[in-house]
Amino acid sequence: MPTPTEHGRSDPETTTLAHSRDGRPVSDRGDTVCVIGAGASGLTAIKNLTEHGFGVDCYERETGVGGAWNWRHDRSPVYASTHLISSRPFTQFPDFPMPDDWPDYPHHSRLLSYFERYADHFDLRRHIWFGTEVVRVEPVGDDRWDVTTRSTGGYGPERTSRYAAVLIANGHNWSPKLPRYEGLEQFRGEVMHASSYKDPAQLRGKRVLVVGAGNTGCDIAVEAAQQASRCWHSTRRGYWYAPKYMLGRPADQVNDTLLALRVPLRVRQWLYHRMLRLAVGDLTRFGLPEPDHRVYETHPIANSQLVYYLGHGAITPVPDVAGFQPHSVELTDGRRIDPELVVFATGYLPRFEFLDAKILGDDEGVGRPRLWLNAFVPDHPTLAVAGLLQPDSGLFPLAHWQAVLFARLLRLRATRPERAAAFAARVRSGAGERYSGPVKDSTRHWFEVGHVDYLRALQRALHDLEGTK
Amino acid sequence: MNGERVRVVRGWEWARPVRPVRREVLSVLPELEEGQPPLLFVPGFGHGAWAYAEHWLGHTAARGFPAYAVSLRGHGGSEPAPEATLRAYAHDVVQVAAGLPRQAVLVGHGAGALVVAHALARYPARAAVLVAPVLGGWATFGAALRRNPLGTLPAVFGGGLRLSRRQLFSRETADADARRHAARLGRAARRAQWQLLTGADPEPAVGRPPVLVLGSPDDRVVPASALTRAARRYGSAPLLFPGMGHDLMLDARWREPIDAILDWLVKDPTRGEAP
Repeated sequence: MPTPTEHGRSDPETTTLAHSRDGRPVSDRGDTVCVIGAGASGLTAIKNLTEHGFGVDCYERETGVGGAWNWRHDRSPVYASTHLISSRPFTQFPDFPMPDDWPDYPHHSRLLSYFERYADHFDLRRHIWFGTEVVRVEPVGDDRWDVTTRSTGGYGPERTSRYAAVLIANGHNWSPKLPRYEGLEQFRGEVMHASSYKDPAQLRGKRVLVVGAGNTGCDIAVEAAQQASRCWHSTRRGYWYAPKYMLGRPADQVNDTLLALRVPLRVRQWLYHRMLRLAVGDLTRFGLPEPDHRVYETHPIANSQLVYYLGHGAITPVPDVAGFQPHSVELTDGRRIDPELVVFATGYLPRFEFLDAKILGDDEGVGRPRLWLNAFVPDHPTLAVAGLLQPDSGLFPLAHWQAVLFARLLRLRATRPERAAAFAARVRSGAGERYSGPVKDSTRHWFEVGHVDYLRALQRALHDLEGTK
Repeated sequence: MNGERVRVVRGWEWARPVRPVRREVLSVLPELEEGQPPLLFVPGFGHGAWAYAEHWLGHTAARGFPAYAVSLRGHGGSEPAPEATLRAYAHDVVQVAAGLPRQAVLVGHGAGALVVAHALARYPARAAVLVAPVLGGWATFGAALRRNPLGTLPAVFGGGLRLSRRQLFSRETADADARRHAARLGRAARRAQWQLLTGADPEPAVGRPPVLVLGSPDDRVVPASALTRAARRYGSAPLLFPGMGHDLMLDARWREPIDAILDWLVKDPTRGEAP
């Protein structure tokens, strides 16, 4: 039995040297797979690839695991009060459950301890090069990849290793998306993106405008309602604010009971509208606009407290921002308000700065790759992206199954090449497929998937690949 | 077990999580951490963690392996759970296994081996050992009915399955010990008992762990043919200990099977065949 303390990670410099196109020395890592990032998706990739017999080198720019969920990391978007918005059964890895005495919606610090335990339990840290960032990933023919790394922050020499496959798990919630507004440069108040919001003390006693009705925007609006002297919440449209509990159970478990019973979408929407009407009533009486879509057509907002504070008058709902003056903000309905602090909870965009955008099929370079199952890259069978999803549920189980599928694909490339070829054809024909009902088309919903639709498609892909029909 | 389908969409498991309960976990840890994987022992129906605490836990730890034993809900010192199903039992095992510091080896005895087989589909164990496994089905029932009609028949009508001393222990086991152990036996939940007969087969094991099957040809609960069948399912042959009763861990010769298990682990069994 291999002892977990032994070092499975061999030094790349001891392996045979090859040369890259421009003559730099490259250490050939043979059949080893490179994983970029040791957040939730990266960790599950290491675990599943090693379980399938692959050697793994994982590069992590930070010094700990957990990625976005590690609040010590400078790219982490979590704030002091971040809690899960999907309940435990939807959030845990399918083969490593969270303790069942944890609350339904654990705090982000618990989630970090969960990832740390996952890493220790499966002895994953020995595969991870901490404090190392990936500078370049280049295809070198024969479906292999040259990965160039250096110490985080640009210190030390670059070094290049050649891998049989690359799995990108660099996260997509760290590069802030900031909308353009007229006059924003002249605005004298404080402006911040939600990524730099950490603690409610930043809001205390101020007049605060929160822009954006994502889950983060709603959380910050609620904290502003508790801490700030005034809170405006600006949203582009009316939304459905889903309570975290319904019928005495976590709301997502109620919804999945209906999904397991295969209740059609229209009926589920009707039931949901009905239930919300009974529990909360008409939201327009708080001054909110009527939603212009049915529930499940935008990313769900799970927030029980927003409506509560609207009812207390602690949050004033306002429409979209039209522009900024030095001392005031103009709204699209012509009103003017005078916040001291504006928080843009306007989301994030994915970035793959180490990779030519064309490889991922993002020809215009807007940050929207063209992939199958949001993971597999046409014409590059040994490259995949993990976790580039925004599910209406927890992300980690989806990332787990992506890693399993990628590992089995890599294994079949050696043993059953004809199956791998059929898979590649499927990737080409299916690139860009969506896995949800109709959703609003905005950058916010680029990666939106329904968790059941998505996992059904992935399960089909897995069974087709293995020929177990 | 090859070629079986992995189930990715688990709607009912997400929508209806198993009720959490307080679980009894007994453990004996080696004095010196030697980097060996922890073993988690799972008792069969009616037994609790106490069955392993008698001899096996201490011996395992003495040989350098951290040793843990869980009482399934409704058994031993765990919270009562008359409504428990096989899924709830497997949940208990996975919860305890995932709570251990390192990837564990699961060891299941009797119907506990079936619980382990189900748990293997939800937790990537480092290896698994099935001791005198009762993997369910009508053949098991037939054997039990022949050997102990009075104890088995009530179970059909929702009563408790009673196992006699003669079924569980060999003649070599001291009568006083056998009496003492038999007095501690409890019973499994009615639904779980039924699922032993009618339940679905376990889903494929995660990560294809190596599986060792062992038992006694003189076991009066599990016939030798059932051992061979169980071992064949995992692509091997059973390891046999003639002359022992069903409860190998409480038998007078308890040392032989546990030493065989630990020797097998030390030898580093390779992972199961790729599909």
